[in-house]
Amino acid sequence: MLIIGEKLSIIAKRVREAMAKKDKGPIQEIATVQWKAGAGVIDANIGPAEDGGEALMQWMVTAIQEVVPLPICLDTTNFKAIEAGLKVHNNEWGRPFINSTSNDPERFPILELGAKYNANVIGLTVGKGGLPADAEERAAIAAEIMARAMEYGVPLEDLYLDPLVLQVATSQDHALHVIKAVKMFQELNDPPMKTVVGLSNISNGCPKALRPILNKYYLALLIYEGLTAAIADPHEVTETAKTIDIFMGRILYAHSYLEM
Amino acid sequence: MAFVAPKETFPGKVFEVKIGTDKTAVFGGENVATFHSFEGNVPNRPLIAYEIQDVPPDDWPDTVRRVYDGVSADPVTWAKHCQNELHAKALALRLIGTHPDRANRSPEEAAKIVKDVLAAITVPLIILGSNQAEKDAAVLIAVAEAAKDKNCIIGKAQEANYKTIVAAAMANNLKLIAMSELDINLSKQLNILITQMGFDKERLITDPMCSALGYGIEYTYSVMERIRLAALTQNDTTMQPPLLGDVGMYVWKLKETQASESDLPHWGSLQERGIAWETTTAGALLIAGAELLVMRHPAAIQSIEKFIDELM
Repeated sequence: MLIIGEKLSIIAKRVREAMAKKDKGPIQEIATVQWKAGAGVIDANIGPAEDGGEALMQWMVTAIQEVVPLPICLDTTNFKAIEAGLKVHNNEWGRPFINSTSNDPERFPILELGAKYNANVIGLTVGKGGLPADAEERAAIAAEIMARAMEYGVPLEDLYLDPLVLQVATSQDHALHVIKAVKMFQELNDPPMKTVVGLSNISNGCPKALRPILNKYYLALLIYEGLTAAIADPHEVTETAKTIDIFMGRILYAHSYLEM
Repeated sequence: MAFVAPKETFPGKVFEVKIGTDKTAVFGGENVATFHSFEGNVPNRPLIAYEIQDVPPDDWPDTVRRVYDGVSADPVTWAKHCQNELHAKALALRLIGTHPDRANRSPEEAAKIVKDVLAAITVPLIILGSNQAEKDAAVLIAVAEAAKDKNCIIGKAQEANYKTIVAAAMANNLKLIAMSELDINLSKQLNILITQMGFDKERLITDPMCSALGYGIEYTYSVMERIRLAALTQNDTTMQPPLLGDVGMYVWKLKETQASESDLPHWGSLQERGIAWETTTAGALLIAGAELLVMRHPAAIQSIEKFIDELM
């Protein structure tokens, strides 16, 4: 299971301040910690970044890849910032991810970038009309995004469908809808479609002590249904991912499996 | 449309291990199931080492002991005979005389024998203890120093003694056999523990423990096969060292290789029976995935070399 490290997000005060001051130190430290903890991709969430987004994304991508040999997940709604990031991305460490397109026509140009720069694209299964009601609606939107991806020249194996995890504290029934959607997405194509979730959203708004518990158990269920990747805190979820890989027979058990 | 045979390819490959200094030998390196050269790359033949001992082979049955009459009283003479007359590509010197229940030789005596044998041969040498975990720890430290930089394999490191033996192999720049007892998970665990000490995984050889035809070979076969599948299909680097089949010592202690024709006439020729038993056991383990074999009878070794010729 691929872990996309979520900790470099503008939502975090320390990251926000480092971005504002263009202080590489904290950015590189957080990136390195995530890499060592098992991340395979580093998410760089710079928010909407309406002013100076291009320079900021380039600075982030370069700063991270100076110290960590991993691809970056470019996470912003700013189209130009994504393109700027793709231009400086070091593909030697793997192909970049773009977070994200959706079924909203305003987000279609993201697919153009994916095709042009040979990037993986995360497709969030929401449209313009608000949140999907259930798994079936998510799958219907997913099919639309897949059609759009083909139209724009993004191969389906580069598309990661995101069923949109919602908060269990406010939308409890969606916890199961999302699990079911992960299963349904895979059936939309052969070979199966890849899937990704923004995991920690499940525990958003919950007491701090509960959050890792909710995140980890939820991830276990999602991996069982075939989840390909999760945007998550690698320090928190690597143990879960490795353990479920053992149960699923993807890794041979040894007492030290967590250390490998 | 012409039929195109489907090919099964894998993300992982077995590490290639090179031993020896004057004459060298290489085994492992394949990225496909055993002998499936039609699907990928099989760069090397499996290697067969002739087993010799530091003490005369009094406990070997006649069929195999007589072959070495006149040379086996002295390990150096025995080694030269295997290299020069039998054209061995590698030798495996088993220091069985160090076992407390046998001659209980000291580590220093063992080290001297190793030095003498190394001075007399040019082919690669595998140095095996007596499989008494405590004694092996002491013996293999002394022996490793005697073999320093000779690119030998020493062994076997087990769960009970691996720390000292790994340190000795590292300090003297040697390859190492890690042995566990017919348990794939413990085999992986031991390889992890050894590499966590800083030992390079590409210098390891895995011995999942041998067993002979009729005496649990299906367990060894199954463990070897699963280790190979983990190495190839799951790209599990802890399971990518080559596999050892320590065949001779398991085969030549069986009733089938010793019972006389007068006692069991319906079992056929004792001579042929013993050789066939070692050949069949070795052949099965090659198919299961072994890249390195330790064998005793020259006729069995020749049959296996021919078997390899036909499958390569």
